[in-house]
Amino acid sequence: MATFEGYPRPDGRAGVRNYVAVLPTSVAASAIAKRIADRAGDDVRATPHQMGTDPPSATRKQIERVLVGVGRNPNVGAALVVELGTESIDADGVADSIAKTGKPTETLSIREAGGTTAAVADGESIARELQVDTAGVSRQERDAGELVFGVECGGSDATSGIAANPAVGAACDRLVRDGGTASFSETPEFIGAEHILADRCVDDELRERLLDRVERRESTAQLMGVDLRGAQPTPGNQEGGLTTIEEKSLGAISKGGTTPVRGLVEYAESLPVGGGLVLMDTPGYDVESVVGKVAGGAQVIAFTTGRGSTTGNPIAPVIKVTGNPKTAAKMRSNMDVDASTVIDGESIDSVGERIYEMLLRVAGGEPTAAEIRRLEEFAINELQPNELAELRGGA
Amino acid sequence: MKGEVLGGLGLHMAETDNVVTAIDDLETGATIPTADETIEVGEDVPFGHKIAIVPIERGERIVKYGETIGEASEPIDPGEWVHTHNCESTRGRGDLADATGGSA
Repeated sequence: MATFEGYPRPDGRAGVRNYVAVLPTSVAASAIAKRIADRAGDDVRATPHQMGTDPPSATRKQIERVLVGVGRNPNVGAALVVELGTESIDADGVADSIAKTGKPTETLSIREAGGTTAAVADGESIARELQVDTAGVSRQERDAGELVFGVECGGSDATSGIAANPAVGAACDRLVRDGGTASFSETPEFIGAEHILADRCVDDELRERLLDRVERRESTAQLMGVDLRGAQPTPGNQEGGLTTIEEKSLGAISKGGTTPVRGLVEYAESLPVGGGLVLMDTPGYDVESVVGKVAGGAQVIAFTTGRGSTTGNPIAPVIKVTGNPKTAAKMRSNMDVDASTVIDGESIDSVGERIYEMLLRVAGGEPTAAEIRRLEEFAINELQPNELAELRGGA
Repeated sequence: MKGEVLGGLGLHMAETDNVVTAIDDLETGATIPTADETIEVGEDVPFGHKIAIVPIERGERIVKYGETIGEASEPIDPGEWVHTHNCESTRGRGDLADATGGSA
């Protein structure tokens, strides 16, 4: 049985990191959250973001879902929710939802603290106390089937679909075989490959829902009277040899492996543990998409790239995989797995095994290239006007 | 790797594919042996880009991974580079919605 050394959490889940998370409810609290995390010690991580203090209601709910989800992620041992104090998001409500997992949770209002200087001092002190709680938790042997593995691609080129994505897919197949969950997202990048995913859905209801979501993303372009070609594939993808969205999608979906599709969840909605392959409906922006899956409970992310990418995440370790030999050489220090060996003849299955072994080692504490360099990008998806109209039933 | 590497230069991913992917930077005149004949590459083609291995008519499907990735927007000869200049997506084409009477 495959295992890893993880941190037990009161809700029964297992973390692969043991962080105190400092979660700002808006952009107005983000700089302070970051400053608190920087001062309070090695195991404190902030999630600064750009969302405003008084967003439309559907946007506010999405921000709350992300913040609660990130706070509940098993890599977080304790959480501090920071607000300016004028936000429409209720920091206490967010903290209460996180605290239901049984982990220590606090809130801090910059306004109530008496301004930023006092808030940083108070926040540092709270975060240090929370670290005393989390430091009391030790790693123990856990079943690999408890892992929720988010997979992502960014800066794709032709090698993504040939080498890196199918190799990560082979690792997903191994994790699913061992009882775990694998998840990929970015619905615009299902366009042209949705028939393959639909055929793999475990039931008709899921199949219909998946096709409906893909159609919704495609019709966004139609509603606006434009085509996807200016945006998908991106100019960079095109330079890397990808001609159409269909070609990009056919390569992208291979990163989820070959097992049946067992579910489809909303952006930042909770991913099931022991759930097999589950899709998440997200836009096609990698940093937001990674955050959606981390908010869904993914403890580890694999991120494939052809042209190169350096992004990480503050809460979940990100394993970088490239199938492009030039990127593997030029960006060696930012890559964890060289899958370009596929082009020289190493089997996809063999690279998949290497990635799966790395997943278990990273889960057990081995730092990734992005972690060593403290690359911790964080962004929350902002609903677009047409999506807001649709959610109001006005579209 | 899924598929077959032809002549050490072009990856043919599925039997029905009418293109191969260059697994090296290819120069004009490089040759790629297919099941039926040897194709001469008609122009420099960078690593990762596609080359037609059979004649493709305008409007015909471009096939890679054994799946449709787009349509030829002009006739393509064997050995020709296949990219955005001669292969168009058929999906997410809001620009065509009016012309076809589709929803706008």
